[in-house]
Parts: sequence; C-alpha cells; structure tokens
Amino acid sequence: MRRLALYAAAVLCALLCAGPFLWSMITMFKLNRDLVDTTHNPFWFDPAPTADHVRYLFTDTAYLTFVWNTLWVGGLVVLITLAFALPAAYALARLERPWAGWMAVTIFMIYLIPPSLLFLSLSRMVVALGLQDSTWSLVLVYPTMTIPVSVWLLMGFLKAIPKDVEEQAMVDGHSRLGAFVRTVIPLAFPGIVAVVVFAFTLTASEFIYALAFVSPTAEKVVSTGVPTELIRGDVFYWQSLQAASVLVAVPIALVFNLFLDRFITGFTMGAVKA
Amino acid sequence: MTGGARRTLADREGALAWLFMLPSVIYILALVAVPFALAVALAFSDVTVGDPSFDWAGWANFARNFDDPVFWRALGNTFLFTAVSMLLIVVFGKILANILVADFRGKWLIRFLVLLPWTTPVALSAVAWLWLLDSIYSPIDWVLRRIGLIEGNLNWLGEPTLEMVSVIAVHVWRLTPLAAVIVMAGLVAIPREIEEAARMDGAGFWRRMFEVTIPLTLPVIAVAALFGAILTFTDMTVVYVLTRGGATHSSEVLASWAYIRGISGGDVAQGASIALFLFPLLLAAAIAILRAVRRMEVT
Amino acid sequence: MSTVEVRDLVKHYDKVRAVDGVSLRSADGEYLVLLGPSGCGKTTLLRTIAGLEQPTSGQVLIGDQVVNDLPPRARKIAMVFQSYALYPHKTVLANIVFPLKAEGMDKRAREERARWAAGLLGIEHLLDRKPRQLSGGERQRVALARALVRQPRVFLLDEPLSNLDAKLRASARDELKRFQQEIGTTTIYVTHDQTEAMGLGDRIAVLESGTLRQIGRPIEVYDDPADTFVATFIGSPPMNLVPRDGRLVGFRPEHLLPLELGAEDRVTLKLDVDRIEYLSGDRHVYGTATGLGEPTRVIARLPATVLTPIEPGRTYDFSIRGEKLRYFDAATGRRTDPP
Repeated sequence: MRRLALYAAAVLCALLCAGPFLWSMITMFKLNRDLVDTTHNPFWFDPAPTADHVRYLFTDTAYLTFVWNTLWVGGLVVLITLAFALPAAYALARLERPWAGWMAVTIFMIYLIPPSLLFLSLSRMVVALGLQDSTWSLVLVYPTMTIPVSVWLLMGFLKAIPKDVEEQAMVDGHSRLGAFVRTVIPLAFPGIVAVVVFAFTLTASEFIYALAFVSPTAEKVVSTGVPTELIRGDVFYWQSLQAASVLVAVPIALVFNLFLDRFITGFTMGAVKA
Repeated sequence: MTGGARRTLADREGALAWLFMLPSVIYILALVAVPFALAVALAFSDVTVGDPSFDWAGWANFARNFDDPVFWRALGNTFLFTAVSMLLIVVFGKILANILVADFRGKWLIRFLVLLPWTTPVALSAVAWLWLLDSIYSPIDWVLRRIGLIEGNLNWLGEPTLEMVSVIAVHVWRLTPLAAVIVMAGLVAIPREIEEAARMDGAGFWRRMFEVTIPLTLPVIAVAALFGAILTFTDMTVVYVLTRGGATHSSEVLASWAYIRGISGGDVAQGASIALFLFPLLLAAAIAILRAVRRMEVT
Repeated sequence: MSTVEVRDLVKHYDKVRAVDGVSLRSADGEYLVLLGPSGCGKTTLLRTIAGLEQPTSGQVLIGDQVVNDLPPRARKIAMVFQSYALYPHKTVLANIVFPLKAEGMDKRAREERARWAAGLLGIEHLLDRKPRQLSGGERQRVALARALVRQPRVFLLDEPLSNLDAKLRASARDELKRFQQEIGTTTIYVTHDQTEAMGLGDRIAVLESGTLRQIGRPIEVYDDPADTFVATFIGSPPMNLVPRDGRLVGFRPEHLLPLELGAEDRVTLKLDVDRIEYLSGDRHVYGTATGLGEPTRVIARLPATVLTPIEPGRTYDFSIRGEKLRYFDAATGRRTDPP
C-alpha cells in the first residue's frame, strides 16, 4: 500500500515536471488544422501525425545554425573554463595558501552575480571590443559564469584525490607541477568530465547575454534563436517551436542525469574545508 | 620537468599557487569586477546607444525611476514573484526530494523526467509554456472546459493577475527540481543511525520528519531556498519570453525592465540604474547562503 | 648509500609545534626507526626529510649535503606511504617504472630494472594488474618495488605495515628486515608500534611532543630508558614506576618475581594480588606493591617456567634484582643516578 502510494506520487511528480515536454512532443507532430481546432483533443492526433513541421525546422529555418553556434561556443567556453579553472581549483584545494579560504568563498559569491546585473555594461565593453553582433562576444563573456562554478566543483573533486599519490609522484622525481599533470589530472578525470557537462549546459541555457549582444540570425545560439526567430511578430511556428525545444531539452537532460550524482558530490565536497 | 636539482618555479608552491590562480583572477576582474564598477558608473551617467560619450548625470536616472510607475510595478513584482516562488519552491522541493530519495524501480526514468524543467534552457521551456498558456488553444483551458470548470478561455498571458500567476508557476516549475536536488544531497548526508535510532525510539513518520529530518536538513533547505530566490529575483527570461512584461507592464520585473530600457530602448544609463536595484538583495542573499553553508559544516 | 641527519629541526604549523628542535643522525646503511604515539611529530619529521614539508628552521642533510633547498624529486630518496599511494590509474609495471620514467631512463633499461625489482619482491606475476586488483600485502610489495627500483640513497617508510592484518604483519615485518639487510640501504622507518620498532630497528629514536626523547639500540631503549615517557611507552606491559622520596623507582614487569626466585642482590616488597591474566603462557599479576616506596599498583610478568602458585586476594613476597632498578626524577621524569 505504501509502495503503491510512493509510485503514484513519483509518477505524479514526473508528469507535473515533464508534462509540458510530453505535450510538446505530441504537438510537434500535429497538423495545422488539428492544432488550431479548439474542439480537438490537444493530447492526441486527429488526423494522423505528420513530421512536416519537424522537417521544416531543419530545412527552412536557421535551427541547425543555432545548434551549431551553441555547440562551438559551448565547446570553446568549456576549453577556456578548464584551462583557467583547473589550475585555480588546484591552487585552492591543494597548495595550502593562507588566502585559499576567502578566495574560494569570493569565487563562490561571484557565481551568484547574475547576468541581469552585468549585461548592460558588458554590452558596452563588447561594443568597445568590436565584438557586437558576433558569437565571439559570447565566447568571451560566458567563462565569467562558468569559471567560478567550475572552480568550486573542481575543488571538491581535487580534495577527494588522496594527497599521498601526488606526494609520491614528487618523491618519485617530479616537480609539484609535474605531479599535478601526471597524477592529479588523470585521477580527477571523472570530475573534469562532470565539470565539462555542467559548464556546457550552463552556456547552452544562457539567454540574456545572447539576447543583448547578438542580433543577426546567423550568429544566434539556440536559446535566443528559437524564441526570437521562430516567432515572427504574431506568426508562431508552433509545432516547429515545440520540436526545437524538445530536441535540445532531451539530450541535455539525459547527459545531465548521467552526471547528477557527481555534481552533488562535487558541490558538497567543495564546501568541506580542507 | 625533472631538470636540475635546484628548486625551480615548478616546485615552489607559493609562486605556483599564484601562477595558477592569476588567470582566473584576472579574467574575473576584467569581466566581472570591471563591468560591475562600470554598471554602477553607467547608472550615474547619460550614456545611450546613440550617444555613448560618458557624462556625469548624478542621481537623475534614479530620480526618473522613482517617478516612473512602471519601475515601481517592476520592483514590486520582482519581490512578489521571488517571495511566492521561493516559498513554493522550498515546499515542493522538499516533497519532491523525499520522494526521490526513496528506492523504487524505474527511478532513473522518474529522475530524468523530474529534472527536465531545470536542465532545459529556460528560454526553450518558456516557449513550451507559451503554447500551453495560449489564449485560445491552451490545453489547460481545454481540460478545465471538459471538466466544466470554465467556459471559453482563461487569458493566461493577457489578464494581469493570471499573467503573474503564470510567471510564478513557470518559475516554480523550473526551479523546484533544483531545490529537490539540493535538499536530496542534505537528506542523503543524514547518518542512517540517527534515522534508525529515532525509529527504535518509536517515532512515527511525521515525528521523525519534524524532529529529525527537517532540523538536520534546515541549512540545506535554506541554501535551496536562497538559490531559488536568487534565480527568480534576477531572471528576466521567463517574463521576457512569456509576456514581454505584459501589455500594461503588469508582469514586468526589474531585470526585464532594465533590458527593455537599456537594450531595446537604447537608454543604457537608465537601464543600468534599474538593474542596480538587484544588487542589495542579492548581496543579502549571498551572505545568507554563506552563513547557511557554514552551519552545514558544523553539523 | 648515505647517511641522513637533521640538525635542530623545527616545524611549526600555525601554533602547533609538530617538530620542536630534533637532532639525529643515522649511520650509513642503518635501519633507524622513529617511534612515538600518534601526533608526536614522527611523520612530520619523515616528511621534512623527504622534502614534502619545509622546516621552520634547522637543517636536513642527506649524505652530508644540506638538502633544505632541494625539492623532493632531487633528493634521491624513495618513500613508501602508509596508504602505499599506488597510482590507481596505472598497472603495477607502470607504477614501478614511474620513477625511472621521470629520470628519463630509456624504455628497455627501465623495464629490465622493474623486472629485477619485481623479482626481488616476488611479484613478477602481478605486473599487468591494476592496484585495485591486489591484496594489501601485494600492494605493499609493489610500493616497495617502486621504492627500490630507483636505487635511492635512502628509504623512507611511513608505517608501511599498519594497513595489513595482524597475521600478515608479522611475516611482512620479517621480510622487510631481510630485504633491507640484503640491499643495505639506509632506511628511516616511522611507526607507532613498539613491536615493529624493536624487531626492525638497528636503532630506535623515541619521539614525543615533537622532541627526541631517546635514541639507541632496541636493548638500550628497553633496558635503560632515558625518561619515564620512554619507560612507559616501550614494553608491554609498561615499566612499573613506584614513587619514593621525590624519585620514581622503575622496574620491568618481568623482573618482579616471587621471592624464592630472587638472586643475591635484591630488593624485596609485598604484593597484594588482585587479578591474574594468562597471556601466551605467561602470567600477568596485577596488584598493589608496598615496601618499596609509596603503595602503587604494579604488574609482574611471570614466565611460563615460574610455577609458584599465586591466587588473587592474597599477599605475596616478591623481589627485584637491584641492578634492574632504574631511577627517575619525580618532577622532570628524567633518569637520575641511584641514591
């Protein structure tokens, strides 16, 4: 009886959370005359479904360009983030400097500074650098969101690596730097992968900077391209919109789920003092 | 790297620590600290997109804000949305976490579905809601009509009160999974023995919940609440995509109003002065989070 | 091969004085054991010798050369950590050749050397495994092989047996000793286990609260403890200490024997027996001693060969050979001359 209630509750939660997406998945295959008839059941097909609107998304819109922009911006931002955050996290987690404590806290605080506070002045800076209306402006700015959170996460993972192994490498003939490269990085690899995923999803979800800095269609990313380009004034490409949203949401959620436990460990370990 | 026997830079922890830290520090200074200072400066200037030369304008922008009913509306809405969302996020997040920590088959699928709202880019999930709340074709209305609760349509994104309800609903929907994940981390950290000892002492589900689980997870719940608050407080995406602030600015918030004035309207200085109002509360929330985290370390 | 020496070594962490002015020197090829309770500074001392910690003041010398400014990698030492610190992502072979690779030795030569070291420790059949597939004893051998392969000037071992179960520990201890005698490399060995220290060390350095209490051969440390700390830390059961006129009279439990077994030069006392334990054939007799000084609880250890019947609740005459008595200052705990 208790188990039954548990299952019922779990399924109810899942439906409430995923409902809009499930329903989007139905909508994306609907014919126009099915969709815009208020007497038709919105949860089923009448007449039979069509993939035309999904196809339209790929053939007649810049959707693929948006996806491609999101991917390469995300990829570059992740690389920049790792290059900056990994050494910083190592310094904070392992090198036992007296300033490590407050520096880590400051970095955590910076993670909480929202784009909505900075986008206006950053847009001025982007203009000054001549990057307005270019996707490169996002490559420049996104690491400000991803570096702090990645440092925090990586600190957690690095603290979990036994110190002995690293010191052994130092005794065995490597410098501190050599020990970091040869033992710490390989051992932190699972954590690094988790950070890559987290940083990527963060950039893929960002909206305000992308909206404020970039307006040409060819330079847009998914999160701004879909709501701005597939809605033209009063013309909504509903089915294509839903398809665009589902096609991005599902893969991100899948990957995120794989790493969820690792994110939780990373965050909690970052909070534990060395 | 084996090189000479002498201590090189690669051996010196102090120097290495700085070298490792410096790139991130410089990046953050250049692209967070400088823009932040600039944001404050812009708020006291007359910079517009058309005339980017910097002239001191004193408190003029703020004075204009205080005379602007839309600003007050946005400020009020921001607080209202944040307070209501935060409350609901914590309650639902706690319930959701309690369900998700239980062991059952198909947990992976449930977890995947539950996390969808949080992992999906906000702009895209808001688009899904846009149709869900459509003024004519809303499936919610369709269901309500079928049950016989309403006739015709509820104008979810057109009528001021419903507009605000819709915005809050989407915020709660999107952030509850995050809160649940944070609370879950706290629940998992409660030593099993305490739970078992409470069981042995004959405490029932509710007593265990209120006398063991909730007190022990309180700091973590506080963190979840504050994260929810910050993310709602500073967000403009939901409002922007759903209502663009509403025809009469009925669902306008500080962030969206700053965007409309600063980017769409081109009055950068005015926008900056609006966005600056986000800061004090943000600071308070950040300090509160820090204190909660400290408390977590003690327990 | 080399000597290891520390001069006036001090290491502070914030306010804690982990090592507080220690000077000692190992002979060439010596097996020197650093013994002390946890928190006594022995591991810090070892880590400072390795170069993993920088001393607050004082010098570390290896082979009569001051190495304070050398990073660990340049000190030509090998260290075995308590956890063995095997590289979990590398195979046993890759673990063993790791220090050679760091030296830049070519592939053929280093594999040859690794096989030699593996052979010495009998782990050739494990070379392709990963550390997590090994038992505790096997891990310890891999760690030793990795330490050995570089032919270091000094071995530094940090409680390498503490992760093994009790049974394995005895045989591993024996092996460790034979192994060191075979290769003859100076070894500094840290432990809190006096059995290990007594069994392994050519000399034992007893540390407490960051200071060196005594250094000497096992028999010296046991028979002639420099102070009451050493006297009670070493020996199981520990040395009995009886207060008398501002001094403490010390004697080992095995020297407290029933009167009829006493020799010429002896001191007698009465023992109020309250409890007897049988341990591996020996009898440990607990009771209150009177007549030697203030009445004090003491322990007598009677070997299996002593057949005198003793029962709890009764008083017996016991004696100690006078030459076995040791005297300590009651205030400082330091050794003093007989009165």
